[in-house]
Amino acid sequence: MTGSRLAQRSYYGKALAELAAEDPKVVVMDADLAGSTKTSDFQKVCPERFVEVGIAEQNMIGIAAGLAASGKTVFASTFGVFATGRCWEQIRLGVAYPKTNVKIVATHCGISVGEDGASHQALEDISIMRSLPNMVVVAPADAYEAFAATKALAAYDGPAYMRMGRADFPTILNEGVEFRIGKATVLQEGNDVTIIGCGQMVSFCLEAAEKLRAEGISAEVINMSTIKPLDEEAIIESVKKTGCCVTAEEHSIIGGLGSAVAETLSGSICAPLERVGTKDTFGESGNPADLMVKYGLTAADIYDAAKKSISRKG
Amino acid sequence: MECPTAAELENIANKLRLHVIEMTYVAHSGHPGGSLSAADMMAALYFGVMKHDPQNPSWEDRDRFVLSKGHVAPILYAALAESGYFPIEDLLTLRKMGSKLQGHPVRGKVPGVEMSTGSLGQGLSMACGIALAGKMDGKEYKTICMLGDGEMQEGQNWEAAMFARQNKLTNLIAIVDRNRLQITGDTENAVGLEPFPEKWSAFGWQVIIIDGHNMRQILEALDKAYKAKSKPTVIIMKTVKGKGVSFMENNAGFHGKACNDEEFQKAVEELREVIQ
Repeated sequence: MTGSRLAQRSYYGKALAELAAEDPKVVVMDADLAGSTKTSDFQKVCPERFVEVGIAEQNMIGIAAGLAASGKTVFASTFGVFATGRCWEQIRLGVAYPKTNVKIVATHCGISVGEDGASHQALEDISIMRSLPNMVVVAPADAYEAFAATKALAAYDGPAYMRMGRADFPTILNEGVEFRIGKATVLQEGNDVTIIGCGQMVSFCLEAAEKLRAEGISAEVINMSTIKPLDEEAIIESVKKTGCCVTAEEHSIIGGLGSAVAETLSGSICAPLERVGTKDTFGESGNPADLMVKYGLTAADIYDAAKKSISRKG
Repeated sequence: MECPTAAELENIANKLRLHVIEMTYVAHSGHPGGSLSAADMMAALYFGVMKHDPQNPSWEDRDRFVLSKGHVAPILYAALAESGYFPIEDLLTLRKMGSKLQGHPVRGKVPGVEMSTGSLGQGLSMACGIALAGKMDGKEYKTICMLGDGEMQEGQNWEAAMFARQNKLTNLIAIVDRNRLQITGDTENAVGLEPFPEKWSAFGWQVIIIDGHNMRQILEALDKAYKAKSKPTVIIMKTVKGKGVSFMENNAGFHGKACNDEEFQKAVEELREVIQ
């Protein structure tokens, strides 16, 4: 139910366990983190199609490419930093370039990883994965959407990257929510500012919109759970109406959702854009909630960005 | 199809070498040295040992070949064209804009090319995936991965070697073209590989060492590898980089350089002389 807090990775695991029975082509891989990424849920019900590669992420991607080239639908999981940065070139050569049917699904993305610190906080993954041709990039807003996205990716024949967090995220969508690759969802209509979020930031976008409403400002909130291919039509349609825009992501403002939206706007509409995200910095160890405040990733930051974006309208 | 004799395979190898010289000459670029050292093994694989059907490149029971040392694409393309996967005249489009014969092999672009390669150290992992899928599906096919020796400096190969042993990929055959030369020179002066066979043994592989230009040894090694029951197999073939063209032999300068006009004439003459 909405309003509770649930871990996306738990719902990823649930979806995989269902896929074990639904699709005999699905193979799931992990690099010694199955208990954390929840691929262990698949392993429990389908050990014969679960592949443990040990602590060897580059090898995992190469094997995934070979499995996919042999007709398998492969889900390969580990933490975001390792799933993308550690083996980016393996993904480029083995997955993106030949369009093999590999889904790289990462958990522990963003600064809310918390105490493990910057080495484990993926804040660049959207950027480096988005730059790969043929790569779909997905960042579901909550656990229910993570579940739906997992099923959608299994049905999609091609390379994809999905990022999820570690912590329990606020649940904002309904169980059984539909997910379509490349389709944004307008969660709340408005006229004064467009607020576009992905991942758990979508819940903070809704909070910020609530606060703005109290001041008589009407914000349109869009869940951009697919960052590539980007739903440009949804962005343009909304910003044409509102005249200004804010993006919010638990990721660097360089190369992520904010950059993707800026690229779209720069080719279509002249409108102010404010980007909420980490500002060209690494994270650090700490309590997730405190880190979100320190690194400017709260509803209040989105609220401030919205006010600023509105004030910049011509 | 009956397996050709060793002499016939040697002759095919030299034909493939001639294609390599012509293709890279016309392209003004490419990697002839390591293509020539691998030629005898490629002839043995494509014309003697591997189960494959050029008319049906996606035949599900085919043996799979992954060229981890993707820069020697010319020898692979030559073997595929001579086998009948595509017209031989296409070979001269190598490295030209719009050609399916890219500088390094691309899956989905060339019939018979199983995986995209070219960045070293990744083919063995891919081959592990293909071999694992074969085991999962109860298929009998073999997966063969050809690697360069310099490429073994890439750590990912050893991750793959451990994985193959762990997963009992007895259907996987690695072939290392041990020509001892990489761009900077002798592999042992760059970052030495020796004791090389012992490393593979320690990783749990069956190791077969052969003269990579002796067709009988090549065929015997492949036969033994195909019959492996308990371990993945590596064939370490001692070869001569540039084999078959006198001035290219053991010359690291021809790792990634095509012949000029004069060299081309000489190379073609030498090869034509030995081709029946």
